[in-house]
Amino acid sequence: MSSDGAVSGSRTTAGATVFPGPAHPDADVPVHLVDPDGVRHPHASYDPLVADVDGAALQRLYEDLVVVRRIDAEATALQRQGELALWPPLLGQEAAQIGSGRALRPDDFVFSSYRENAVAYCRGVGLADLLRVWRGSASSGWDPYTVNMATPQIIIGAQALHATGYAMGITADGADSVAVAYFGDGATTQGDVNEAMVFAASYQAPVVFFCQNNHWAISEPVGLQARVPIARRAPGFGIPSVRVDGNDVLACLAVTREALARARSGGGPTYIEAVTYRMGPHTTADDPTRYREAHELEHWAARDPLARLAAHLDSLGLLPAEYADAVRSRADAVAAELREACISMPEPAPSALFEHVYSEPNSWLERQQDHYERYLALFGATSAEGPR
Amino acid sequence: MSVTTFGRAITAGLRRALDEDPKVVLMGEDIGQLGGVFRITDGLQKDFGSHRVLDSPLAEAGIMGTAVGLAYRGYRPVVEIQFDGFIYPAFDQIVCQVAKLHYRTQGAVRMPITVRVPFGGGIGSPEHHSESPEAYFTHTSGLRVVSPSTPQDAYTMIRQAIACDDPVLYFEPKRRYHVKGEVDESVGTGTPDLGAARVVTEGTDVTLVTYGPLVTTARDAALAASDDGISIEVIDLRSLAPIDYGTVEASVRKTGRLVITHEAAQSGGLGAELAAGITERCFEHLEHAPVRVTGFDIPYPCSKLESHHLPDLDRILDGVDRALRRPNSLTGATPGGAR
Repeated sequence: MSSDGAVSGSRTTAGATVFPGPAHPDADVPVHLVDPDGVRHPHASYDPLVADVDGAALQRLYEDLVVVRRIDAEATALQRQGELALWPPLLGQEAAQIGSGRALRPDDFVFSSYRENAVAYCRGVGLADLLRVWRGSASSGWDPYTVNMATPQIIIGAQALHATGYAMGITADGADSVAVAYFGDGATTQGDVNEAMVFAASYQAPVVFFCQNNHWAISEPVGLQARVPIARRAPGFGIPSVRVDGNDVLACLAVTREALARARSGGGPTYIEAVTYRMGPHTTADDPTRYREAHELEHWAARDPLARLAAHLDSLGLLPAEYADAVRSRADAVAAELREACISMPEPAPSALFEHVYSEPNSWLERQQDHYERYLALFGATSAEGPR
Repeated sequence: MSVTTFGRAITAGLRRALDEDPKVVLMGEDIGQLGGVFRITDGLQKDFGSHRVLDSPLAEAGIMGTAVGLAYRGYRPVVEIQFDGFIYPAFDQIVCQVAKLHYRTQGAVRMPITVRVPFGGGIGSPEHHSESPEAYFTHTSGLRVVSPSTPQDAYTMIRQAIACDDPVLYFEPKRRYHVKGEVDESVGTGTPDLGAARVVTEGTDVTLVTYGPLVTTARDAALAASDDGISIEVIDLRSLAPIDYGTVEASVRKTGRLVITHEAAQSGGLGAELAAGITERCFEHLEHAPVRVTGFDIPYPCSKLESHHLPDLDRILDGVDRALRRPNSLTGATPGGAR
């Protein structure tokens, strides 16, 4: 427990430990450094962790937020135009992802879910690579080792264990890098996430659990997953936790830096609950109007992470019109590049069906591939050519 | 060359792998201080340290999922699942992650994980301790599935499995842990290939295919049948995925008859795969439809009934009689006469 706003799992009264009963999942006030109106509030614990974040650094965070939101909008449009089969929008979660993603070192390793496109952007994932899976051209957009970020996980919560195992390997190697697991509030119900917390605590693995509580697991509200703020669970596993305003990029940067420092210095795992909101649908195939009220969206729109940082920059005189225009133009250029990368993406050849199932020759597969190649040959095609 | 038990042969193979490759780590419940409930890892934590031989918290998905993370980091985890029936919590991680990450990442991420699974019945245990779940895994592309039947194979194949860059499910016939045999520890990991079947006894009348715990039973059946003048060729598959169809097909082309036996349930099992695969490959050489002698399609029964469930020598010979169109249980005659 590192500060006010962080979690207390129990309180002691006259020698007796009294555990709190059920509470609303939003009962605890999250750590924040910049409020929704853009006003910076001092914080004794976390100010030192972002003391180096000067005006230029704040502007870089702003540029990140603008660009990843623009990428998200363009990808959503590409789906609507039939160029992508599906897209999981991150609208509203930009600050949680950029704040945490920019805290990482290149040699840290990220295990994420499918919505962490802004984290992927921080790791240096190429624009085309962000789209490959969603265009249906590949099952992974990139080689995980080139950016130290695993292929985004679709099975909910499974990656929390991978991050923990990877972190156990870091310890065995005597390295000081950190594994970071990103997952959502829905995943906190999964056994894999809870088992990961047991393993991480037992082995004191250098792993950070970064939970984006975006309040919705497709149509299920967070109250169905948790009767108390999710961050309160971690101390029960012996893991320190913090509840942070996920729409405050500076606060997300601060708490992630704190967790990373703890892990690097042998202090073991940390659990971060970043309280944010999924402004868009679960994916482009979802229709949130079937399960949530418009006023909830309005409530969270007033806490928009991008508008908040813009207001803060403006209050510092760091958001002149020409600068804002330049950032917008750059974001548009990135979007145009993304669109071009999507449309010009090569189609996979049928031969790719059989590649990399095993790293060594496999007699069963060789026979099936041989038969399929003969079949394709009936049509004058080969499996190395384009699709049928 | 020395005589040792099947269980000790696995221990020796694990020890050799730990010795030769610092990236090999053993993970599992009770495998450290205790040496595993079957003592297969006996002494390994003492000799290699608790950072190489890890007592895991009691969660199979957790063990398998952290093994995936370690493999991501470049390690070669060897996971012990305490009993066959305890593997299902890890099923999701095995099927969705271990089996598919190499394919998913177009070869960038390798999953050289070995999953050791004591399997099969005949030890008088309660439910969940005697199952044969191998077909769940042979049906999953991306996995290799093997089962040794002799101490020598136990030793060689565990080393091959650990050295393999693909994930390997290594099913240990637990009722044979105490069987003794000669083990040559100087044998390399090159031959025989991990995927190769082995002809146990040559024969000309019927091909009898099995693996793991029933190889010994099948060999005994072949011996008994020879008294009746029936020549059975016994094949130990060794690898269940992929199956070495070349060896089985060559035998069936010679004998014209195929009997498959395994402890696992019949429907959707290895016997079904073999019957179909061999029928596709050499239908014109078959003198009779393939015959399966297997466990029934029932949950594993209580131990006082397991001898009815598990194929034994006489049930196997009854299957052989069916393949040979000799009097058998289905024709209503007493099986085997002299037996």
